[in-house]
Formats: sequence, structure tokens, C-alpha cells
Amino acid sequence: MTALPVPYRVVARWQETPDTRTLRVEPVRERLCPFVPGQFAMVHAFGRGEIPVSASAIPIGGGLGFTVRRVGAVSEGLYEAGPGDTVGLRGPYGTGWELEKAACDDLVVVAGGIGLAPLRPLVRDAVADPEPYGRLNVLVGARTPADLMAHRETGLWRTAYTGVTVDRPGAGWSGDIGFVTALLGRARFDPRATTAFVCGPEPMIRATALRLAALGVPGEHIRVSLERNMRCATGHCGHCQLGPLLLCRDGPVIGWDLAEQLMTVREL
Amino acid sequence: MTTKQAVRMAVALPAKHRSRLMNTAREARFPVGTRLFEEGRKADRFWVVRTGTVTLDMHVPGRRSAAIESLAAGELVGWSWLFPPYLWHFGAEATTPVRAYEFDALAIRLMCDSDPQLGAAVAQWVGQVLAHRLTQARMRLLDLYAPHGSGPPR
Repeated sequence: MTALPVPYRVVARWQETPDTRTLRVEPVRERLCPFVPGQFAMVHAFGRGEIPVSASAIPIGGGLGFTVRRVGAVSEGLYEAGPGDTVGLRGPYGTGWELEKAACDDLVVVAGGIGLAPLRPLVRDAVADPEPYGRLNVLVGARTPADLMAHRETGLWRTAYTGVTVDRPGAGWSGDIGFVTALLGRARFDPRATTAFVCGPEPMIRATALRLAALGVPGEHIRVSLERNMRCATGHCGHCQLGPLLLCRDGPVIGWDLAEQLMTVREL
Repeated sequence: MTTKQAVRMAVALPAKHRSRLMNTAREARFPVGTRLFEEGRKADRFWVVRTGTVTLDMHVPGRRSAAIESLAAGELVGWSWLFPPYLWHFGAEATTPVRAYEFDALAIRLMCDSDPQLGAAVAQWVGQVLAHRLTQARMRLLDLYAPHGSGPPR
């Protein structure tokens, strides 16, 4: 791990949604330590600054994928980066999803919006090597059909149940309409032997985790990815503090048994 | 939070009340595209979906109807039959082939009138359904997936 950004070259980019792109990057010289699904990097747009971005692709052959939504100056710079451009990376940082601890369990993956990005490497791993796990369920919610990230790939994953729902369907949509938690009623899993992985806006994470807990999934088996204002990413600056946790170091992925109390404290 | 599981008839209604209702049910099948009911029309029936998906929609003057929610197996389709003036608040269409249990609204209301315990149980069930859908609608109202959809950070 390094404190200075390591140059990586953008080798490809593709549009995920109207305001979101994925960049595939390769090291220019030095290579960062391997990432595991759920970990993030501080991604540097030279001349603009850096932001935390979870790895959305961890190809076996090397390189990394980062999915960036255009919402601010730095993310705008990264969004506009194209093949041949150079970005800086620090990392990997934080905790991963720890899929390996879910051996023998049914898997419930719940993504809201581009919350699918950090979950995608986990789902790819589970699809590529399904043997150790029970039934895989992937539930995705988005604002509109156009906002569905990796919609084609999602449809190709071999799962026990894949559900996709949108808030605002528009013309031509024949799929589900409603909040993503509604899909839990159709997923196929034994709550007592299930590990869930949840990523998206925090109110959606909370609603989903409460629902899973109500169904009987143990809190420590509900893994959620939280976001705060990460700056140093090494647990020193305190910007990403959430109660007793520093999310850059103790997170971003934590168990609901830890997160539940923290997410019910106002202003925290 | 009211959970989707809890608002399913099989869970929400005690067995004795459920069996009384089910004794009056008949099986119904709807091909894709069938309109189950139209906004503003008389709400004289309701359904519990067995298989398939029903989409609720709302009429928007000058535009195509807006689809607002989809309902799948185990879910109640229609609640306007329980409250005066017994007119549908939304429209509903089968978006896949649908099999459902169909109930006669007037017959159920008369049963509820003559058996207050049954009436209370049915009212509680439908109330739970409404509370659940209101919660879901409010979550969607937050437009969480939009950039800063849940509001600016503190």
C-alpha cells in the first residue's frame, strides 16, 4: 500500500447509465496490491483531487475497473477520462465483502442504483464458483430502466432468483415496479442460513437490512457497505468517522450487528 | 416496519377467518394485457395473486397511464372495495399471465358485517397492506437513487 497515487492508464471505458461510466485501468509501471471485492481505492484525477471508489471489476488477468458517477468536480474529471489518459490510485483500502465466510449459506445480494458496482465482483466470483454456496439471489433496484447498471450482464448471471425493479418505469418497461425490498418476498433463501450483501443509498440499506433481520437473517450475516467522507483512507484524519468506527479502515463493509445502532443515531 | 411477508393473506389472517374467505373464492385467469379494473369504476371484486404479475396504474390526462407498482404472488390486488364509495382508486393490468383467487366484494363485506371478528381481521389485513404500500411509496418518494437523492449531506 502506498500513500502516493500510483499511475494507472485508462485502457477502456464504457457507459453504464446516462451519468455513470466504468473505467478499466492498467498499471503504467508499479502495480497496487490485489483488491478483494468490496475494497476501495482513492482514485486521483490529476489537477482536481481524489475520491474513494470501490473496485467494480477485478479481472483475473489484471487491471481494475472503477465505476464513477458524474456528481462533482473530481468524479466529473474521472468520468471524462478516456483510453490513454492517466489516473492515480491509492489502495486497496478497507474491508471486503468476505464472500468466503458465506460458504454453505444462501446468498442474497441487494443493490440500489449504482450500489451494484461494488457488488459486481462478488457476484461474478459467486457465479464463477458456485459450488461452496447455496442459492444465489440478486436483487437490483433503480430509478428508471435507463439507470440500471450492467443490466445485460445481470440477466446473464446464473442465479436462483434475479429480480430487477424500478421506481419510474416509463414506456416499454414490462418488469417490476416498486422499491427493491419488495423483491425479497420472491427471493429463494433460508433466512437462518443466509448471508446478505447490501449496497446502495443508506435509507435503502437500512430498509433492506431491517427487512432481512425481520425475516430471520442474523445481523452479523447482513453485510452492508457504508460511505462517508473518506480523505486519507488510512484511519488518521477522522473524516470518515461513524461512531466508534473509521469507515476507511473498519469499513466500508461492516455487519448489520454493528451498523444498526449507528444508523439509527440522528446526525451521525 | 410492516413487512411484505406480514401483509400476505396467508400470514395476516388467522386460519379460521382465512378459510371462511377462501370458501367464497373462485379461481380466475387473466391473459397478458387484461384490464382487471379501471380507475373510478365500481370496486365489486378483489384478488389475491397466485402466479404472475399485476401492475397498478394511474390515469394521467393527455398521456399514457403511469404504471406505479407491480404486485406478485401472494399479494392483494384491490382495496377500494372495503371503503365507501367502493370505487377503484387506480387501474390494474395483467403484465404476465395471471392466476388469482377472486373474491366477491359485496359478499365479503356482508360477512364482515355479520361477524365483527372477521370484519376486524379483514380490516386489519387490508390496513397492513395499505401501511406497507404507503411506506414503500414514501421510500420511493425520496428518489434515493438520484445523485443526492436522499438530500444534501449534513
